Amino acid sequence: MAEIILQGISHAYDVKRGTADRPAQLPPAETLALRDVELRWRDGGAYALLGPSGCGKTTLLGIISGLIQPTRGTVRYGGKDVTMLSSRERNIAQVFQFPVVYDTMTVRDNLAFPLRNRGLGDAEITRRVDRIADSLELTPVLARRATRLTADQKQILSLGRGLVREDVAAILFDEPLTVIDPHRKWLLRRKLKEIHKEFRHTLIYVTHDQTEALTFADEVVVMQHGQVLQRGTPEALFRRPAHTYVGYFIGSPGMNVVPCEVVREPGGARVRVGGHVIAVSPEAAAAAEAAAGSADRLELGIRPEHVRVAGDTGDALAFAVTTVEDHGRFRIVTGTLAGSDRRLKIRIGHGEGRDVAVAAGGTIPVQFPSEYLCLYRDSRILAPMAPVVPDAPGAPAGAELLP
Amino acid sequence: MIEKTRSNRAWLLVLPMTILVAFSAIVPLMTVVNYSLQDILGNTKVYVGFEWFRKVLRDPELHAAFLRQLLFSFSVLAIQLPLGLGISLVMPRRGWAVSASLVVLALPLLIPWNVVGTIWQIFGRSDIGMGGSTLVDLGLHYNYTANRVDAWLTVLVMDVWHWTPLVALLCYSGLRSIPDAYYQAASIDGASNWSVFRYIQLPKLKNVLVIAVLLRFMDSFMIYTEPFVVTGGGPGNSTTFLSQFLTRLAVGQFDLGNAAAFSLIYFVFILFFCYVFYTIMNRLGQG
Repeated sequence: MAEIILQGISHAYDVKRGTADRPAQLPPAETLALRDVELRWRDGGAYALLGPSGCGKTTLLGIISGLIQPTRGTVRYGGKDVTMLSSRERNIAQVFQFPVVYDTMTVRDNLAFPLRNRGLGDAEITRRVDRIADSLELTPVLARRATRLTADQKQILSLGRGLVREDVAAILFDEPLTVIDPHRKWLLRRKLKEIHKEFRHTLIYVTHDQTEALTFADEVVVMQHGQVLQRGTPEALFRRPAHTYVGYFIGSPGMNVVPCEVVREPGGARVRVGGHVIAVSPEAAAAAEAAAGSADRLELGIRPEHVRVAGDTGDALAFAVTTVEDHGRFRIVTGTLAGSDRRLKIRIGHGEGRDVAVAAGGTIPVQFPSEYLCLYRDSRILAPMAPVVPDAPGAPAGAELLP
Repeated sequence: MIEKTRSNRAWLLVLPMTILVAFSAIVPLMTVVNYSLQDILGNTKVYVGFEWFRKVLRDPELHAAFLRQLLFSFSVLAIQLPLGLGISLVMPRRGWAVSASLVVLALPLLIPWNVVGTIWQIFGRSDIGMGGSTLVDLGLHYNYTANRVDAWLTVLVMDVWHWTPLVALLCYSGLRSIPDAYYQAASIDGASNWSVFRYIQLPKLKNVLVIAVLLRFMDSFMIYTEPFVVTGGGPGNSTTFLSQFLTRLAVGQFDLGNAAAFSLIYFVFILFFCYVFYTIMNRLGQG
């Protein structure tokens, strides 16, 4: 077990890794699978790597596990440089997209296999296998042939092959729920949480499913085009997306992002969306002030959940409703602000906005509360935001990006 | 409940296939059955019951041919399966070398069978053949036209040369279909090369190997053309396999009753062995 540190990782699939004296020539940045990734994974944390298909998350996982040698950069486990070491030497475990079990072996032999390969004694092997089988609820099927298990049991079994090695440095998951029936997914996810609580291994979980990532991980790393856009708690990703893409990717529906411009006023800067002037937080206002006049694109982000349906108060904006989808517990309303043609979505909870008639073709008054507004300059969030949720007392630091 | 109407017109739908199967399989087979149960000479037909079967089963020449055939077929399996599997394991996995090795490997399969026989007939000659004369130059008394063992071995080596590529190609396709994740998992679990072969490659190749065994067994059990061209079944009867024996009965001696009875026995043999192999291999690895 150790902290895992990635430094300056870039990867191109068709370029061989250079030596220390002569680093490899990298192709143009757009063609790279990974670009200058700097990450630090705390020992014992549960992390998720989230991003769309082709964003480089599986490549990054391969680099951590040792299946891929990065074209450039260093991988460290604790203080040790493991960049050129094999998966076996790094002592990691991995659960793949499709269940990988040894068909001809029993469940018990599957669990014992990594230990036998490492030359442990029979008594010790039996002890560990029994313990892990107990934790994973595999004891009743230990004597069964591995092919006779269900898909989710097979995934549990491949996880078990990692857990039997007590000194395993980290357990990596590559979209492990892809082939699992929807109704078994949550069972398996809960199992993973329990396992994490019990064994405290470092878990790194790759997925393109935000629900999986947000429910599994203490911290989520969002990637796009081979770059890390943001890492943070699920809460932080939701409340303060560092990049408009994160805002769009996390949340359902994603964040509304609308072009805006800065308006200088005696009381501080404000922003104008369409024809409306909206107040923002003091930090954002200061940052907006600094950005004013530059050619950069300024955008305002607000989550559909955070748009408030106002009573008939004075500063409300007129929102022209085009469609209403009723989801039972809430409604998703699509429409445009007066004076703008950018479509926005609003989520109205059950019981909220009762006094306002929400119907396609109508107009409703809405407010953008300043505490929920995020201001983006060229897609990056403006003004360093204070942490949304203070760290729990005693929680280890290390959530920050490396310099 | 839905009332089901009975309509005899449905038989019309089955008719075309019945006719097709009848002419392709049943009628020819029944002809053979006819010949095997009667003594037919011109227009006279005498029902003889199982007399032909009894006679042919007691034929010592058939017993010899049968043993020769079994030894040959099992030697073919014993050599070609491990060899083909071995070749497939060392074949390149990517790059231009894949196509190159596949073409080279497939060449023997593309050559007509009697040409294969001719090639080896010449190749093996101890006076002008490259293979045969080399062996003689090395000091061996090799002569497939005179020595029974030499002749038998020549046919065996020829078959290995001709058909091992098929096994290798089947295994190679099987190996290529194993997802990378299995190899990665094995590497993470610290498996040795032998363990990878034993616990991943071999089990995943099981179905392909069943097909390879069945194909190679049936084909070698019915081998005719190549030994016919190379040795003509000799010297003596040393390379007379069951097909040669049957042809000699039916065409050479025009002994149709015996030939028909033996054809049916031959057919049942092959069915039986294929069934046995299939069952055994399917049970393997299921515990």
